[in-house]
Amino acid sequence: MHREDFPMLDQDIVYFDNAATTLKPKCVIDKMVDYYSNYGASAHRGDYDISYKVDQEYENTRELVKDFIHARFLEEIVFTSGDTEALNMIVRGFFENLLEPGDEVLITKSEHASNVLPWFSLAKKNGIQVNYIPLDDHYYVTLDNVKKAITPKTKVISLAYITNVIGDIRPMKEIIHFAHEHNIFVLLDAAQSVGHIKTDVQDLDVDFLVFSAHKMCGPTGVGVLYGKKELLETVEPLLLGGGMNESFDNEQAVYLKDLPTRLEAGTPNVAGVIGFGSAILYLNQIGLDTIADYEKELRTYLIDKLLAIPHLDIINLESDSGIVSFNVNGIFSQDVAYYLNKYNICVRAGNHCAKILKKEVGVANSLRISLYFYNTYEEIDALVELLSDKDKILKEML
Amino acid sequence: MDENVRREIILDHYQNPKNKESITDERYLKANTNNESCIDNIDLYVLIENDVIQDIKFQGEACAISTSSTSIMITNLIGKTLVEAREYIAHFEAMVNELAYDEAILKEGIVYSTIYKQNNRKTCALLPYKGMLKLLKQYDTLKK
Repeated sequence: MHREDFPMLDQDIVYFDNAATTLKPKCVIDKMVDYYSNYGASAHRGDYDISYKVDQEYENTRELVKDFIHARFLEEIVFTSGDTEALNMIVRGFFENLLEPGDEVLITKSEHASNVLPWFSLAKKNGIQVNYIPLDDHYYVTLDNVKKAITPKTKVISLAYITNVIGDIRPMKEIIHFAHEHNIFVLLDAAQSVGHIKTDVQDLDVDFLVFSAHKMCGPTGVGVLYGKKELLETVEPLLLGGGMNESFDNEQAVYLKDLPTRLEAGTPNVAGVIGFGSAILYLNQIGLDTIADYEKELRTYLIDKLLAIPHLDIINLESDSGIVSFNVNGIFSQDVAYYLNKYNICVRAGNHCAKILKKEVGVANSLRISLYFYNTYEEIDALVELLSDKDKILKEML
Repeated sequence: MDENVRREIILDHYQNPKNKESITDERYLKANTNNESCIDNIDLYVLIENDVIQDIKFQGEACAISTSSTSIMITNLIGKTLVEAREYIAHFEAMVNELAYDEAILKEGIVYSTIYKQNNRKTCALLPYKGMLKLLKQYDTLKK
């Protein structure tokens, strides 16, 4: 669908690495070029016309994000450099002040590094415990396993909505409901979900939610930190400087601005944020339900075809997202990726930043296909044909 | 070198690597070697006595080029003095970096003589050498 909107697809490539980053539609690129070409001033300096326009466009994206994830207040939307920065801001600016030695944070072994390492760091610093919710036979998180995993010490559950290797959509509404009954905060990493399935922070009742623009047709270098207003109020800014202070004097008295500006120190990624607004409008136009349905159909088609190839081991046979992880029997994943690259097919090989998953799955590295709405059945056919001939892979991978 | 022969040698060392086994013998020095930009990850174990490489083993998961290159390197280095080993490594690095080298010294190692054409695979071929140099340095330090 909508392939004509993506300049990158003018080249002869098959792009199957959408979980890493998505391609950008022309409207997003044009929007950023327009900013740089026609009103490239700084934000929050409304003393002259073009700067006023910057403010309007920048804040308009905030409005679009708010509606996109159905937040209640504009102040709940903070722009960051990406998902990773947002996660670090919450762990260090909020939970570091709140958690005490011995308090427990629950994650899983299929989390991305950005939802693991900040917690490890806090554990070292503050003596909190990082424990794992057990995954079931499909490497899924179930509400039952969450119930079994929590202890009186559990203060936070920090999970990806969709994981980047297994691609399972977690039953977050149920988990969050249960967590709140036990006074446990929930932090949701929506990087892999937000451009693929609908997000409703009020319906989920999630405390914090983070994501990156570049995984949903937007520019790189922009992310969002959503937090319930009353919680976000108490997040301590990690970065201090311009833009975020109200005033300060030589006696070191510092007064900070209100949310969300207080958490956006320095000149923001104005072009990126403005371009991101265009990406949201674009996705709204197509419709997330349409995207989700099409991805599901594509995935089913891909899985059926891959299952017919005897020398493939599929790691996540059953998952609802467009992520399929697998290996060619006896061939290192990176060699297969090199081979596919010779035919201009872009796939990811490796451990996909989920380095503690390997013990669970028993496979250190894998190939990953991650689909998006501009992928086609024909592209899958091309991939499947290349994968079906093992001798050809062995012959051409070097 | 004939392309088919080249491919056969590389694939043979990839699918049936020589000296790929774990070592618990404490006399062996151990080093891990990996590529930052990819997922190759190899542990090398080397036994050096009287400045002669008596044995080398390896473990790990890596691509066809890295694995075969490790297998070939080990085969060629066992029995060499440290001076000979450094010479071999220098010639191998020269070949990968398109400098002058001696084919006779490199033996089967010359299957990578055209690897420079694939820039992203040069590091794969060089991976075990990076680890070996680390081990030689480790040995020198211990000796001092």
